Amino acid sequence: MKGKKRWYDYLWIASLAYLLLGFCNILFAWLGLLCFFLPLLIAIAGGSKAYCNRYCGRGQLFSLLGGRFGLSRKRDIPRWMKSKGFRYGFLLFFFAMFFQMLWNTYLVFAGVQDLRQVVTLLWTFRLPWHWAYHGTLVHPGVAQFAFGFYSVMLTSTVLGLVTMVLFKPRSWCVYCPMGTMTQLICKARCGSTKGL
Amino acid sequence: MGTTSRRLRKARVDQGSCVACGCCVKVCPREAIQIVKGIAARVDLDKCVGCGRCAKECPATVITMEEAAV
Ligand code: SF4
Ligand code: SF4
Ligand code: SF4
Repeated sequence: MKGKKRWYDYLWIASLAYLLLGFCNILFAWLGLLCFFLPLLIAIAGGSKAYCNRYCGRGQLFSLLGGRFGLSRKRDIPRWMKSKGFRYGFLLFFFAMFFQMLWNTYLVFAGVQDLRQVVTLLWTFRLPWHWAYHGTLVHPGVAQFAFGFYSVMLTSTVLGLVTMVLFKPRSWCVYCPMGTMTQLICKARCGSTKGL
Repeated sequence: MGTTSRRLRKARVDQGSCVACGCCVKVCPREAIQIVKGIAARVDLDKCVGCGRCAKECPATVITMEEAAV
């Protein structure tokens, strides 16, 4: 796999651009749905983790920063972090947070709750982000989803960066909910892990 | 690393703990690793030259370098 680079080896640029665009205009956060549906589609229809193995820009970004730029201690991650319990538990937690985000979006759509122009980091810290919202062209609910989705993306990037520095560059990939979910789908498709 | 022991070593993946991220595939100079069906990595022992790059890269540290009878 060494040697000539292909177009998909540069998708880390897209990941970086995504974060920057969301900083300028939060509505770009909607593009992040691609990183959500593409891996699932590839896993469900193709039965592979080609998204992780090839196209994931975030993984590439961590490889680059942690590898080429040396921003990683390159230590082994703790055993509990790679245990099935933690990986599946984190996936469930992530799902719960995701549905809460959808619920908040619904509340804004329903007019029960006002748009909150904040990006929530690590499900706790509310960062002001009003500069990235420019007005009333779209329904506030559309913007609420964008704020929520961007929060998810920023949170996972930050977590990924922290474990990149502490452990190996792509430690995030061990507990990344998308990675865990696509692997589960592939396993389910095969019925068993036999015959590998 | 001595060259004699190096030639005898092969990468072995603990497939039950592999997360199928594919980091190992990207660093292998011999294209000796594949991700099979999105479930786990598999090493082609005929192609593996035992360089150990995959083991170093693997974020889950599930690749070990083991002596193999060649
Ligand atoms: S595990 Fe997550 S971050 Fe890693 S390559 Fe797959 S989708 Fe990307
Ligand atoms: S790098 Fe490790 S966890 Fe990832 S696919 Fe290879 S063996 Fe599996
Ligand atoms: S030890 Fe080297 S040649 Fe063998 S599978 Fe790993 S990276 Fe490839």
